[in-house]
Amino acid sequence: MTELKLPSLDYAALAPIMIMLGTALLGVLVEAFVPRRSRHVVQLTLALLAVLAALTMVVLNADDRLVTAGQAIAVDGPTLFLQGAILVLAAMALLLIGDRTVERGGAFVAQAAVTAESADDRKQAEGRNGLTEVYPLITFAIGGMLIFVAANDLLTMFIALEVFSLPLYLLCALARRRRLLSQEAAMKYFLLGAYASAFFLFGVALIYGFTAGVPGRSAGVDFATVNAAVSESPASQVLLFAGMALLAIGLLFKAAAAPFHVWTPDVYQGAPTPITGFMAACTKVAAFGALLRVFHVAFEGGGWDFTPVLGAVAVLTMLVGAVLAVTQTDIKRLLAYSSIANAGYLLVGVLAPSRDGLSGTMFYLVAYGFSVLAAFAVVTLVRDADGEATHLSRWAGLGRRSPFYAGLFTFILLAFAGIPLTSGFTSKFAVFGPALDGGQAWLVIAGVLTSMVLAFPYLRVVVMMWLSEPGESTPTVTVPGGLTSAALMVGVLATLVLGVAPGPLLDLATGAAEFVR
Amino acid sequence: MEETVQYAEATGLLGSVWLLVAIPLVSAAILLLLGRRADRWGHWLGVAAIGAAFVLGLASFFQLRGLENKSAELSLWDFIAVGDLRVDFGLLFDPLAAVFVLLITGVGFLIHLYAVEYMAHDAGRRRFFAYFNLFVAAMLLLVLGNNYVMLYFGWEGVGLASYLLISFWYGRPSAATAGKKAFLMNRVGDTGLAIGIFIMFATLGTTQYDEVFNGVGALTGTTVLVLGLLLLLGAAGKSGQFPLQAWLPDAMEGPTPVSALIHAATMVTAGVYLIARSNPIFSANSTLQLVVVSVGALTLLMGCIIGAAKDDIKRVLAWSTVSQIGYMFLGVGLGGGAYALAIVHLLAHGFFKANMFLGAGSVMHGMKDQVDIRRFGGLSTYMKVTWLTFMMGWLAIIGMFPFSGFFSKEPIIVAAFERDDWTAWLFGGAALLGAGLTAFYMTRLFVLTFHGPKRWTEDIEHPHESPKLMTIPLILLAVGSVGAGFLLSTSVPDWLTSTAGLGGEHAEHEPVLSHLVITTLSLLVTVLGAGLAWFLFRAGTATASQPAGVLVTAARRNLYTDAVNEAVFEKPGIFLTRALVFLDNRGIDGLVNGLAAGVGGGSGRLRRLQTGFVRSYATSILAGALLVMAAFLAVQAGWLA
Repeated sequence: MTELKLPSLDYAALAPIMIMLGTALLGVLVEAFVPRRSRHVVQLTLALLAVLAALTMVVLNADDRLVTAGQAIAVDGPTLFLQGAILVLAAMALLLIGDRTVERGGAFVAQAAVTAESADDRKQAEGRNGLTEVYPLITFAIGGMLIFVAANDLLTMFIALEVFSLPLYLLCALARRRRLLSQEAAMKYFLLGAYASAFFLFGVALIYGFTAGVPGRSAGVDFATVNAAVSESPASQVLLFAGMALLAIGLLFKAAAAPFHVWTPDVYQGAPTPITGFMAACTKVAAFGALLRVFHVAFEGGGWDFTPVLGAVAVLTMLVGAVLAVTQTDIKRLLAYSSIANAGYLLVGVLAPSRDGLSGTMFYLVAYGFSVLAAFAVVTLVRDADGEATHLSRWAGLGRRSPFYAGLFTFILLAFAGIPLTSGFTSKFAVFGPALDGGQAWLVIAGVLTSMVLAFPYLRVVVMMWLSEPGESTPTVTVPGGLTSAALMVGVLATLVLGVAPGPLLDLATGAAEFVR
Repeated sequence: MEETVQYAEATGLLGSVWLLVAIPLVSAAILLLLGRRADRWGHWLGVAAIGAAFVLGLASFFQLRGLENKSAELSLWDFIAVGDLRVDFGLLFDPLAAVFVLLITGVGFLIHLYAVEYMAHDAGRRRFFAYFNLFVAAMLLLVLGNNYVMLYFGWEGVGLASYLLISFWYGRPSAATAGKKAFLMNRVGDTGLAIGIFIMFATLGTTQYDEVFNGVGALTGTTVLVLGLLLLLGAAGKSGQFPLQAWLPDAMEGPTPVSALIHAATMVTAGVYLIARSNPIFSANSTLQLVVVSVGALTLLMGCIIGAAKDDIKRVLAWSTVSQIGYMFLGVGLGGGAYALAIVHLLAHGFFKANMFLGAGSVMHGMKDQVDIRRFGGLSTYMKVTWLTFMMGWLAIIGMFPFSGFFSKEPIIVAAFERDDWTAWLFGGAALLGAGLTAFYMTRLFVLTFHGPKRWTEDIEHPHESPKLMTIPLILLAVGSVGAGFLLSTSVPDWLTSTAGLGGEHAEHEPVLSHLVITTLSLLVTVLGAGLAWFLFRAGTATASQPAGVLVTAARRNLYTDAVNEAVFEKPGIFLTRALVFLDNRGIDGLVNGLAAGVGGGSGRLRRLQTGFVRSYATSILAGALLVMAAFLAVQAGWLA
C-alpha cells in the first residue's frame, strides 16, 4: 500500500474557498454562542465580510494559473472569473436574504418544525424573527460552488456538488409563508437532486473504468488522466461515452436543462424568493462553470463528437422554456421557465468550441445573474396581507400604482427579451456570435426563434402592468429597505451598463478564457 | 470643364456661421418647451432670433466679400461614420449660400414683424412663431450645408415646418387636408432626392459638394442623367413644378405670413437652389438641361393659365408663384450665366411676392378674412398703403420698366432666345407668352381688388387700413420691389461668379432676335396683357361663377392635373393599399395569429406534463437520461457522424 503523502497546498490560491467554508463553521458557532437578539446582525455582517474577503482574494489571485492540492483544484482564468461572479452575485443575494423590512422578520420561517397551516404556524408567520441558520447554510453553499467551478477531478467535483446542494435543499424549505408549498419544493428538490447525483456518480465510475482500460496508464478521475486517456483513443470508447452522458445528465440537472428541468418550476415557486434568486443566479454559474470545465478540459480530445446530442438538448431546453412560459400564471414560475430557456442559450455558448464561446458563456452567466436577481428582488416587493402576490392577474395595473418599480421590472423584462441597450441583448450576442462562427447555425436559429416566443410572456406582463386598470386586488409595492434597494439597483444598473458598454467585462472574460490542465 | 472645386477653411467671424442655424433653432425649442409660460413675450423672441440671424448673416456676408477664395467651409463633427460612409456635419458659406441667407433672414425678419400683428388675435401665436423659427433654422441649414446629406436634413426640416404651418389651423378640415397633400406630394420629390443621394454615394463614394462636383466628370452620361433627373424630381416637389405642382396652391390654407415666407419667398425656391448648387451635374449633360428647361417652360405657362381663372386672391398669387418659379427653372436649365439670372429673379421675386402676399393678408385683415376677389373692388380709397405697396409688387411681377421684375425676368427671356436651334423659338416664345399672360392675370387681380365698383358682401361696412406693424414691412418690401431688380441684376451675377460653376460664359450663341427686339417685344406683350385686363375688368365682374368655354373651365380645374393625379396615382394607390391591408389581415396576421395560437395550444398541452408528482418527474428524467445515453452511444458508434 502506498504511503499517503500530504499534497502541497497553495494557501493563497485556495483562500477564497477556505474563507467561505471557515466562515460557515464560524457561523455555526455564532448560532451556539451569540444571543438570539444580535445573531441576525452578526451573521449577516460575517457572511458579507466573508464574501468581500473572498472576493478580494480572487482579485489578488487574478494572475494565478496553477493546479494545487494534489491535482484536485485548478485555479485558472475561468475559475477566478466564475468564482468572482459567484461571489458578487452571492453578495447581492445575501442583501435580499438579510432584508427584514419588506416582510417583518425576514423571508424565512421562525420555527421550521411546527406543523404547516396550524395555529402555531400562523403565529410564527406574524412577524417573529426568522431563523438565522440561513446564513451558515448559504455560506456553505457559496463555498461549495467555489470548489465546484475549480474542481480538477471528478470526485472533488462530486463532493463540491453535494456541499452546495444540501444546504440549498434545506434553504428551499424555509419560506415563512406557504409552508406546505415550500416543504414540498424542498422535498422534490432533494429527491430529484439525489437521483441526479446518482447519475453523476455512476458516470464518474464509468470514466474511472474507462481510464483503467487504457493500457500503460494508471487509472484516475482527475482531468489530466481522463484527458490523456481520451487522446489515446483506445479501441472501445463505450465506457467513455456512457460515462460522459451520465456526467452531463448530472450537471444538466443542476443547470435546469430539458428534460432534466422538471424540478425547476416547482422549486423556484416554493422556495423563499431570495433563495430562488440565489439559485437562479449562482447555481447556474456553478453548473455551467463545471460543464465548461468538464467538456473543455477532460473531454476535449473527444473532438466534440457529442455536440449534436447536447445541441438537441439545448434546442429542447429553449423550446420547453419558451413555450411553457407562454401559459404561466405565476410570476415565479414564469421566471423559472425563463431561467430554463436561458439555460438553453447558455448551452449554445458552451457548444461553441472556441475561446470566444467560452468567454461569451461566462459573460452571459454574469449578465443574466444580475438581471434575474433584480427580477426576484422586485417579486419580493409586490405583496399583500398574505405575503408575496405572485399570481400574474394580481400584477394588472401595477404600473399605475407604483410606476417606479413597475418601470424597473419592465426594464428587466425587456432585458430578458433581449432588447438592445440591455445586457440581455449583448449577452445573447456574445453566445450566438461564436456559435455561428463555430458552424452551429441551427442552434442560433433555434435560439432566435425561441427568443421571439419568449418575448410574448415577458411583454404580456409589461402590458398587464401598464395597460390594465388596477383592480381591487392589485397589491401595493412595499417600499424596500436599504438592503433590497441596494440589490435591486445594482442588478438594474448592471443590466443597463452591460447593455450599453459591455466592453470591459467582455475583455475580462476573454482574458480569462483559458483553462489549465 | 475640368476645373477643380475647392473650398477654403472658415476663419474669423465665418467660423461662427453655425450660429445662423443655431439661433432660430434654440429660439424654436424655447418657445415649444416653455409652453404657455412664453405666451406673453414668445413672438418677440421669435422676431429677435431672426433679426439676430440677419445681422450675423450680413456681417458674414461682408467678411466673405473680403476673402480671396470667396468660400468658407466649416466642419463641425462627423455626422455619420459607418464603414465607408463618411458624412460631415459641415457648413459651407459661399456667395450662393450668402445671398440665400440674406434673403431668408432679411425677408423673413420683415414677415415675422408683420406676423406679430397679423396673428395677434390668434391663441396659437407662440406656437406659430416656434414653427416659423423652426422653418428658418431648417431653411438656413438647407442652404448652408456642405454636402447633400446636410441639404437633405434641412430639406426634410422645411418639409416638416411647412406641414405644421399649412395645417396650423388644424381644426379646419381643409387646412388639415392641404397639409397632408403638401406632405405627401413632397414625399414623392424627397424620395427622388434621397435616391439621388444614394446614387452619389454608390458611384462616387461621397456626398460632399466639392468631391461630388470634382467626380462628376468621371461618371457615364447615363448615370449623370439619372442622377440629375432624380435631383430634378426632388426640386420639382419642393418648388411646386410640373408634375408635382398641385400642393402649392392648396398650401394657402395656412396663415398668410406662412404663404408669404414659405410658399412664396423662400422654401419653394429650395428647388432652384438645389439645381443651382448642383450645376456641375446639370451642366455635364445637355439632355438633362433640356428636361429642366422644358419643365420650367411648361410650368410657367400652366401657372399663368390657371392663375387667370382663379378668384381666390391667395390662390392667384400661389399660381403666380408656380409660374415665376417656372421662370427660375427655365433660367437654371439654360446653364452657364443664366444660373445667376435665375438667382437674381429668385431674389427679386422674394421681395415682390412677399410684398403682395402680405398685401393680400392686409386686404383680408380689413375684409373679415374674405379671399374672393369678385367680392372686393374699390379698396384703393380705403387702404392707401396697402394699395400703393401692392401696386409696386404688381408692376414688379409683370416686368414693367423700371421695376425689379423687368431687370430680373427680361434677361431670362433673352437667355431663352439664345439657345442654338429651333428650341430658342420654342422656349423664348414660351417665356414671352408667359410674360404677357402674367401681365393679364396680375392686372385682373389688381383691378378687381382695388378698383372698379364695390362688390362687397353685406356684412362689410367700412374696411380699414392695417396697423403700423403690418404696413411698415409692406413699405420696406415695396421699396425692395421697386429698387431690388436693378441693384441685383448689376451686382449679383458678378458676385456669384466665384461660386463653383456659376456665372461662366453663357453667350455662346447670339440670340435669334436682337436684344433690343426682345426687350421691346416683352414690354409690348406686358402692356398688351395689362391693358386687356384693365379694359375687361375696370367695371368689375359678376359675383358668381359664370358659364365658360373649354379653356377657362379647364383652367378653373387646374388644367385637370388634379383629375390626372387622382386617376393615375390616387385610385391605384388606394386600391394597392386595400389589397395590402387585405393581405396583411388575412395572410400575414392569419399566419402570425395561427402561430401564436399554435404555441399557446402546445404550451397548454405540455403544461399538463408538469403534474407536480415527483414520481412522474423522476420518470421523465429517467427517460431523458436513457435517450441521452443512447444518443451518446450512437455517437460513439459513429451513427450520428
